[in-house]
Amino acid sequence: MPQVTLTVNGKSHTVEVEGRTLLVELLREKLRLTGTHVGCDTSQCGACVVHVNGDSVKSCTMLAVQADGAEVTTIEGLAAPDGTLHPMQEAFREYHALQCGFCTPGMVMSAIDLVKKNPQGLSEKEIREGLEGNLCRCTGYHNIVKAIAAAQEVMHGRRSELASAAE
Amino acid sequence: MNVVTPFEGIGASVKRKEDLRFLSGRGQYTDDIARPGQAYAYILRSPHAHARIRGIDAAAAKAMPGVVAIFTGADMTGVGSLPCGWQIHNKDGSPMAEPPHPVIAVDKVRHVGDPVAVVVAESKAQAKDAAEAINVDYEVLPAVATMEAALAPGAPQIHEGAPGNLCYDWHIGDKAVNDAAFANAYKVVKFETTNNRLVPNAMEPRAAIGDFDPATGEYTLYTTSQNPHVIRLLMGAFVLQIPEAKLRVVAPDVGGGFGSKIFHYAEEAIVTWAAGKLHRPVKWTAERTESFMSDAHGRDHVTTAELALDKDGKFLGLRVHTLANMGAYLSTFAPSVPTYLYATLLAGVYTTPTIYAEVKAVFTNTVPVDAYRGAGRPEATYLLERLVDVAAAEMGMDRVEIRRRNFIPADAFPYQTPVALQYDSGNYHATLDQALEVADWKGFEARRAEARARGKLRGIGISTYLEACGIAPSAVVGSLGARAGLYEVGTIRVHPTGSVTVLTGAHSHGQGHETTFAQLVADRLGVPVAQVDVVHGDTAKVPFGMGTYGSRSLAVGGSAMFKAMDKIIAKGKKIAAHLMEASVEDIEFDRGNFRVAGTDRSKSLAEIALAAYVPHNYPIEELEPGLEETAFYDPKNFTYPGGCHIAEVEIDPETGKVEMVNFTAVDDVGRVINPMIVEGQVHGGIAQGIGQALLEQAVYDENGQLLSASMMDYTMPRADDLPSVGVATHATLCTHNPLGVKGCGEVGAIGSPPAVINAVVDALRDYGVRHIEMPATPAKIWSIINAGRPKMAAE
Repeated sequence: MPQVTLTVNGKSHTVEVEGRTLLVELLREKLRLTGTHVGCDTSQCGACVVHVNGDSVKSCTMLAVQADGAEVTTIEGLAAPDGTLHPMQEAFREYHALQCGFCTPGMVMSAIDLVKKNPQGLSEKEIREGLEGNLCRCTGYHNIVKAIAAAQEVMHGRRSELASAAE
Repeated sequence: MNVVTPFEGIGASVKRKEDLRFLSGRGQYTDDIARPGQAYAYILRSPHAHARIRGIDAAAAKAMPGVVAIFTGADMTGVGSLPCGWQIHNKDGSPMAEPPHPVIAVDKVRHVGDPVAVVVAESKAQAKDAAEAINVDYEVLPAVATMEAALAPGAPQIHEGAPGNLCYDWHIGDKAVNDAAFANAYKVVKFETTNNRLVPNAMEPRAAIGDFDPATGEYTLYTTSQNPHVIRLLMGAFVLQIPEAKLRVVAPDVGGGFGSKIFHYAEEAIVTWAAGKLHRPVKWTAERTESFMSDAHGRDHVTTAELALDKDGKFLGLRVHTLANMGAYLSTFAPSVPTYLYATLLAGVYTTPTIYAEVKAVFTNTVPVDAYRGAGRPEATYLLERLVDVAAAEMGMDRVEIRRRNFIPADAFPYQTPVALQYDSGNYHATLDQALEVADWKGFEARRAEARARGKLRGIGISTYLEACGIAPSAVVGSLGARAGLYEVGTIRVHPTGSVTVLTGAHSHGQGHETTFAQLVADRLGVPVAQVDVVHGDTAKVPFGMGTYGSRSLAVGGSAMFKAMDKIIAKGKKIAAHLMEASVEDIEFDRGNFRVAGTDRSKSLAEIALAAYVPHNYPIEELEPGLEETAFYDPKNFTYPGGCHIAEVEIDPETGKVEMVNFTAVDDVGRVINPMIVEGQVHGGIAQGIGQALLEQAVYDENGQLLSASMMDYTMPRADDLPSVGVATHATLCTHNPLGVKGCGEVGAIGSPPAVINAVVDALRDYGVRHIEMPATPAKIWSIINAGRPKMAAE
């Protein structure tokens, strides 16, 4: 069986996998990082999005062997070691951008990549278009869009703190 | 009821307690659980809509690597049929046809996705590989994919016990009175419509793990359920014959339900039974395509309705004929959806004096259909609110005015409808006025003109709706055919140092109960939200419960907690009276403090709790130690949320695409505990309603093949399909539960679809459009727009 060596959330792992093993299966089943979810079988829902070498990737659509040598960040690796949430996580909580929580890890990982790649700032319409690859059935996206709009201000240093949802 | 709104109590938008674990990847959903030594089940499903099973050859599959066992329907001797929880009676009083629903198909398969065999293997991939090697010899039979085909003379018969594929032929209302109203009408408006079939698609696919402990004989089922106690009852008593004491059902974090996770599904019984046979845990997780083929679908009605009006536009009578698709088998609550959750809602917010409805439920070779967000009430609302718009157009009346003229007035409550329900409260003029104001209804024609200048067709649509939720009084639903009580159970456990654990039979799968319920305790007992822990979803921890559906968690489950807190306060007063040497009648309780009236002597709840658990100075002769109380709450009536939704759309005539440009909702959900959570629930309901109106449709071909069986084929609403939504509430309080709450989970999905379609029809009014069926896709709209254009010379 092929061997894969990769770094996940700063920790190096060497794992034996089948050739057909998907990255998401490696994360969930071999490393027991179950925060990354699987919501579909056609790369539509985005519940499985993680960062691979800094880019958001649907981990159901990448073979584990393709991640050999890669740096992977999952939802579990996002908060600071002292538990301080990433501004995007914090914004999701502040703006009630999650309900059942199942799409949330993928949504947060996608949103971070979307914001990082658009330092100029994103309009509501651009955020909605940027979420094309992530499905949520609970929230109607309304509060997700607001959370991302607020988080980008902190991530790009335009505000030091998250705007309160009540503002 | 204290209506003051402290920071954490009733009325405060407290941030959710559950969010931290979900945001950090520490939620624990069923598929996240790994039991030691677990094996994996893969279910081989029928590729045919209707076929006889002549034989199953699993010999080669059994020899494949990693295979632990393969079971077929024939192996499951002694396993009962999946039960139906609601019995409807025909017009003649005879019971509905209720054919058996085998856990795994035995002689015949009746829909694409019907389980045929289960492979248990050391890994998921090995189980799936082996399933491919099973050879099933099918004799393919003609299938009926639509209700029309199923009811046609000579149609293929799906079940022996259901002649003509009819499940029941039911009616409600006085036909003679109704006929007389129509005979005297100034005008009769006729309207036909199909309520499109939907796939719930909670983001978490269903999953189940069966576990068996040979040492104790105890079974544990972990499952993606909205109601673990109901699953324990149905599966234990009817399918596997396991006594409750030996069966634990755990529904941990559940990733959305929307109704589809109410029902007892075959896979739950399969993994539990297999775990018992194999003495090891067996896990099954649906792939999304399996979800499409095995989760109960929603809606799927074909209806003809007639509305009788007088010359002033007053409704004189309503007559409705509906065909409701049951699919291939009766899912747990399927028969109740198009009857008591649909036809009883046909008065809506109007004073229509006579209503007669008949409903035929039909078996087809499709996935079973059952409750999906709103369940029956969206179908009733859509029918009424489209019919009212059509009637307004044909009477030459204003759409708002015809509604106002027929509203049940605010001073008419309690209001008895001609279709069984008695509404307790509401103010439909108020929600309408507020919505018209917020949506700037008056300014619309200017916006229409501005859009036209840009080449866009702009339309606005309104829906004034009502629903019945907070289900339900047990005796009432029992008399209507429910085979269960619909009370709820709550336990308040005050710990020795004053923190509180709440045990609730309701189940949270996105609704935020851990926060809202903690707020109820904070408000009443004065315990900070951070010190209130809400436990749900485990039959080993929670005494009993009926679960979460029908917007009942707060109205019924919250009321049970309220009753349990009454008992805590009553007992606390006795303890306080003893400690402060006062009479019980003189003890007042206000949010955490027991005080001797008119004095400054008081004891905190924590002090009382400590005395209750360390009863050194305690009225031990008359009072047991401890401070924990349980209450069952059986509601006196349904609750009746209502309101007004206004949709504004723009259509691009070049493509036929509808853009949602504005959506306003003013909902009366009764008292609001957490406005942030209520708004979130409404947003989500509206998204599903817009999805139904514009995007979603489960499509079968004539042979019963499900063509929309993946998220590539079934259009799920995405962020750029939906608008920002303006949500407001206007509360009239429920008069019969102690919290005054009504329910907010379903209003969005109930009120919104007709508002959207009314807007689309309004946008297309210059094209002579009377109606457009859901989903109003670009292709349908483009065809309408282009039908009126001159044909090209070459055509």
